[in-house]
Amino acid sequence: MIRSMAWLGMLLCLGLGLLFPWSKTPLIMALCYGLASLGVCLLVRAGQVSFGHALYAAVAAYAVAFLARAHPETDGLVLILAGILASTVVGGVVGLFVVRYRGIFFGMLNLALSMVVFSMLGKFYNVTGGTDGLRINRPTMFGLVTERNDYETLLLCLSVLLAGGLGWLVQRYFKSAAGEALAGIKSNETRLEYLGLSAKYILWQAYVGSAALVGLSGALFGLVQGLVTPDIGSWFRSGEYVFITILGGSGHALGVFLGAAVFEAVKLFASAYMTGVWQMLLGLTLILVILVAPEGMVGMLRRKINPHKGSAP
Amino acid sequence: MSTPLLETKGLSLSFGGVVAADQIDFALHAGERLAVIGQNGAGKTTFINICTGFLKPKSGQVLLDGVNITHKEPRQIVRLGLGRSFQLPQLFTEHTVRQCLEIAAAARTGRLSWFTALTDAVDRHEIDDTLSLVGLQARAHHAASALPEGQRKLLDVAMALMLRPKLMIMDEPTSGVASEDKMALMDTVMQALQERQVTSWFVEHDIDIVNRYATRVAAWIAGRVAADGPPAQVLSDPQIKREVLGT
Repeated sequence: MIRSMAWLGMLLCLGLGLLFPWSKTPLIMALCYGLASLGVCLLVRAGQVSFGHALYAAVAAYAVAFLARAHPETDGLVLILAGILASTVVGGVVGLFVVRYRGIFFGMLNLALSMVVFSMLGKFYNVTGGTDGLRINRPTMFGLVTERNDYETLLLCLSVLLAGGLGWLVQRYFKSAAGEALAGIKSNETRLEYLGLSAKYILWQAYVGSAALVGLSGALFGLVQGLVTPDIGSWFRSGEYVFITILGGSGHALGVFLGAAVFEAVKLFASAYMTGVWQMLLGLTLILVILVAPEGMVGMLRRKINPHKGSAP
Repeated sequence: MSTPLLETKGLSLSFGGVVAADQIDFALHAGERLAVIGQNGAGKTTFINICTGFLKPKSGQVLLDGVNITHKEPRQIVRLGLGRSFQLPQLFTEHTVRQCLEIAAAARTGRLSWFTALTDAVDRHEIDDTLSLVGLQARAHHAASALPEGQRKLLDVAMALMLRPKLMIMDEPTSGVASEDKMALMDTVMQALQERQVTSWFVEHDIDIVNRYATRVAAWIAGRVAADGPPAQVLSDPQIKREVLGT
């Protein structure tokens, strides 16, 4: 049932994008938010919340910008891979340090590190363009030179495929031995240790995976916007990823994409019709979800599909 | 004489002015069923924590099957054949009983698959056998958090058993369990250990249980072994009767 919904969602994204060209950018943005939140969701699975994961979106987006400016002939796909590589490497190094901490310390350390990078991006004007950011000229995609409309269509197709494929992979991971051990960190690290497993190593693997996913999102963001500014790495963006993860629920990979769709839709329509109070509307939506469905939208959905299923995942 | 399964030499540890382990020389041989008795604060759990790598001693050595494990981490020690259950059962409370055992079975291999579903990565029959061994087959699909205390204790032991240990150390396996259920619980645990040919060491306050299941008793007083031998001998020792049993 959930798998059918995922397929339906992917087709809907493509259909909407093709029928209403203006919707391509918001759809790609929503998918980017979904991919980033999928990364954050990996950590939430282990009971850890990072308030600084936008750092990896910034690392990837700036890597894309630097490479695109240094080698304008580089294909968009290569730029995305370079962005993912940069965020994965940084995630691997930062992860070695932060996985030693839990709870609020984990969250705050991530926030602190992301804000250091955020400040540096704003201050090193000669390298990063400061708060004006860096422009990224439209690259070739899959070797094709495209106009804006076709470029966005290609990016939308790529985003939909990546969201579907990576969502499926992450869900497989959740159900695997490594994924269940990751969930075990949330409930009992002592037992993991006495089963011969290192909780830190398991969390580090998930952390690197989450950095790669957020990096992918950052690279796509940079390409669709054609501009990278320090805002992509701000605490506000990190908070949005956490918001979407809670809204959608971490019980299933589909949750973050549901959360991202609602988030982007509320933001889009509220900013058009309720200018000035759209953030309040988002806040009210979150409060409503927490009260009605504490396991998020996907948790509510799963309860509807299988009301007799126990609380264990 | 054969190499002891577990041996400690001059093991010492203090917490400030409190001596929790005082030059302990101790040896446990394969096939024994050791009961450790002692008042609260005598150092029984500290000794377990040192032997299982949770605490590091100030001096002395711990040998498991002749291998020095003194400075190894718990996860390295359990890989050498030592299982542990806890006074407060250490379960994956957001998983089902079956999933808890599946994670333990997967952990034994040391390689956790990222792609294969957990259920397919482990031997289904082995999980069924262990569930049946500890009498939890009817509870297999219940959340671990929903179990009553006695069954939580059984699951705690069963998870350690999935590692196929040579020695099982159990810290108060019957604490928190209703008096009328304690014997049944210990029957199940000791039969399971016997069937899997696992040497056992358990901390216990109930002398009836000690008499019934132990082949050897060690009495702890102020961080040292005050008496060690067959149950009848240790439990009739005047000092043990006075300072440990309070009779």
